[in-house]
Amino acid sequence: MKEWIRKWLNGDLDLLENVTDAAEVPDSTREELKEQKKEFRQRLYEKTNTDAAIQAERKSFYAIYRGIAVISCVVLIGVLLFTVANMPRYGVENPRTVEVVKRYVEKGLQETGAVNIVAGMILDYRAFDTLGESHVLFTALVCVMILLRLDKKTIRGGHLDDYYLVKQDTYFDVSKDSIIRLVGTVLVPCIILFGFYVLLNGQNGPGGGFSGGAIMGAALIMFSTAFGFDTVDRVFTRKMLMITSFVSLAFYSFAKGYVFFTGANGLENHIPKGTPGAILSGGLILPLDIAVGLVVACTMFGFYSLFKRGSIGGD
Amino acid sequence: MDFITNFPLFTIVLSLFSGVLCYMLKGKAARNYTIVYESILIVLVSCVLWYTLHTGKAFTYVMGEFPAPWGNEIRAGVLEAVLALTFLVIMLCAVFAGYRFVDTDIDESKVNLYYSLLNLMTAALMALVWTNDLFTGYVFLEILTLTSCGVLIVRELGRTTLAAVRYMIMNLLGSGLFLLGVVMLYNMTGHLLMMPMQAAVAELAADPAVMPVLTMAVGILTIGLSIKSGLFPFHYWMPDTYGWATPTSAAVLSSLVSKAYIFLLFKTYYRAIGIEVFERMPIRNILLVLGICGMVVGSVQAINANNINRMVAFSSAAQIGYIYMGIGLGSVYGYTAALFHVLAHALTKSQLFLTTPRLAEVSGGNLRFRDLQGSGHRNRDAGVFFTLGALSMIGIPVFAGFSSKIQFGLAAVESSSIKMILVMLALAVSSMLNALYFIRTLIRMYTEDPDTNVRAHHRAGYNVPMLVLTAGNVFLGLFSWVVVNLIQTGLSMFG
Repeated sequence: MKEWIRKWLNGDLDLLENVTDAAEVPDSTREELKEQKKEFRQRLYEKTNTDAAIQAERKSFYAIYRGIAVISCVVLIGVLLFTVANMPRYGVENPRTVEVVKRYVEKGLQETGAVNIVAGMILDYRAFDTLGESHVLFTALVCVMILLRLDKKTIRGGHLDDYYLVKQDTYFDVSKDSIIRLVGTVLVPCIILFGFYVLLNGQNGPGGGFSGGAIMGAALIMFSTAFGFDTVDRVFTRKMLMITSFVSLAFYSFAKGYVFFTGANGLENHIPKGTPGAILSGGLILPLDIAVGLVVACTMFGFYSLFKRGSIGGD
Repeated sequence: MDFITNFPLFTIVLSLFSGVLCYMLKGKAARNYTIVYESILIVLVSCVLWYTLHTGKAFTYVMGEFPAPWGNEIRAGVLEAVLALTFLVIMLCAVFAGYRFVDTDIDESKVNLYYSLLNLMTAALMALVWTNDLFTGYVFLEILTLTSCGVLIVRELGRTTLAAVRYMIMNLLGSGLFLLGVVMLYNMTGHLLMMPMQAAVAELAADPAVMPVLTMAVGILTIGLSIKSGLFPFHYWMPDTYGWATPTSAAVLSSLVSKAYIFLLFKTYYRAIGIEVFERMPIRNILLVLGICGMVVGSVQAINANNINRMVAFSSAAQIGYIYMGIGLGSVYGYTAALFHVLAHALTKSQLFLTTPRLAEVSGGNLRFRDLQGSGHRNRDAGVFFTLGALSMIGIPVFAGFSSKIQFGLAAVESSSIKMILVMLALAVSSMLNALYFIRTLIRMYTEDPDTNVRAHHRAGYNVPMLVLTAGNVFLGLFSWVVVNLIQTGLSMFG
């Protein structure tokens, strides 16, 4: 008992005893360390595969794991089915549930100036949520950049070989393929045009920033597949991507901040609503759609570029 | 309408803008900018706190031209302002105390991205504190999820990537369940804003046939948020997440992010469901039991840990258990105790997570207890601040931990006798276990190690954020009645 307490105080009580301590040998070179790691892995592998106690434990763990997984899934399914089956029917038993929706449908056009009520809802009635949503995309872009952009640390950390493999990756490079080039030449302008159409008509029909931006991002991806990254890099550098998303998001924040400010303080905001149905209508909806669309397009192409070669714009 | 009522909006918009701006700046400029703008936010939020105390009532702020059930809304009361102020102060201290480690842990081309994520995280924290709308809560919860995974992977060790994947999966599961709960509530009530939803729920709850369905919806929402904040059985992602992140991230994740989820849950109960309806549901008792289990299990696992950061992380799991226990006790006293512990734990845990890397630094960069021997002598300042934090966690008088334990005791006395016995026992056992593992750490830190004589060069500047955190801690300990009064005023504005 005394010995056990001393061990605990020393921090030597380790559940993985005799296994984890082996790797801590200082002052060895890189190759030696690699060698040791390999050896250690081999030993661990052998130990886990031969030791009967570990085998039994692993087996019982998987049995329990599967059992619990099945039980919790069945319980969750049961609970959800029960809930859905007993839920009061939407708008029938309690007509007050639809009062908000009714107002959106009946007065949406008059209050927001947008024929497309969905656009009026997400960019005017509940614009604050959409402000957050467009920053979710930006956050995702930053996270992917942190994870995938090649930097000194990752290259030093032993991924150098991969880096050169990526650079010389000509086997899967289809940009010399004449069929893809021809199809790209014909389709890319059409897709971009269609993207613009969807983007600019968000207030009048189905579409808007998110869908239009996605179409334009797809066109950019197709362009880079057909003509190679070198061609895209001439126009679409990292700096340009940064400036585009910065300007769009900053514009979004401040334009919406202005509307929130004037709305809450009962001031008049000087943004004309325009005639419903025209391109220039719906107040701020069109500029905001363009901002969101640019962010979405940049994010989509940025993802593709980071996943494909670990950088945006080749730097 | 006074101009100060605009400040909550400014904090959110300014933080979002700063997140995008730091992405354009270079690493060092981004850091300096972050420090300056966080200070501005602290001033803004202090004004809001003063204003709500001065007028004696909370205010709602319409986001746009459309009022309550149609457009978005945010709301500020004493409680929100106190929480926002504490969060911002801790965030600033974490940035200040951890930037030296950020510079060594993170590749220099990505430092600006790190600060960008921290600023977006601040925006999400602010929005979750101020929000008066469940769906806004969900949107900013997503930003918080993504940024917290981002500040974890930025260290680019194999272990942080693994931890981030695990954290991401648990977090997304939590977000999904939360969204499911919100959708069910929307389906039944037709509202997303909290006050109209509360009115609709009160009508629905009168019908005994609907009550079970309502309970299920709230239960699913609760499971979602308790996974995200790390309540027992869902706390196994904690040690890896907090144990390997860069110090600033560890401090922010443990003391702010999980607290924001808890506050959102609290706000949902109090404002979207209505506290009378919530107290009729059995969810409260389940939270009480899980909280008590978490207190004991987390402490036992902390005793078993042999790495100081993992120990502190498991201790976090135990402290989250305390908070849920307070919610489970019910009554104003229980909620006051829970919210008081949110503040106390946030201040103390960030202090612990910001000192452990300094102790490790003079111990050859290792966090294992064996290597930490004598580290309290090698780096005196860090040793002192760690000891102060540990004393607060154990619950020694003068520090915040003691006051929050008294609050829990008071809340227990106010509730039924079975609950009282359970809670009192749990408090006693958990305090003893806390003392066990912290005293072990202190013994190890202050046992002279004859082999190593490395002494840290002292940097007075580093101690400033630590002093601020300790001052907050001692303030909560000595003048707990001030904070308790603030929380109770805030709660009375809440209903």
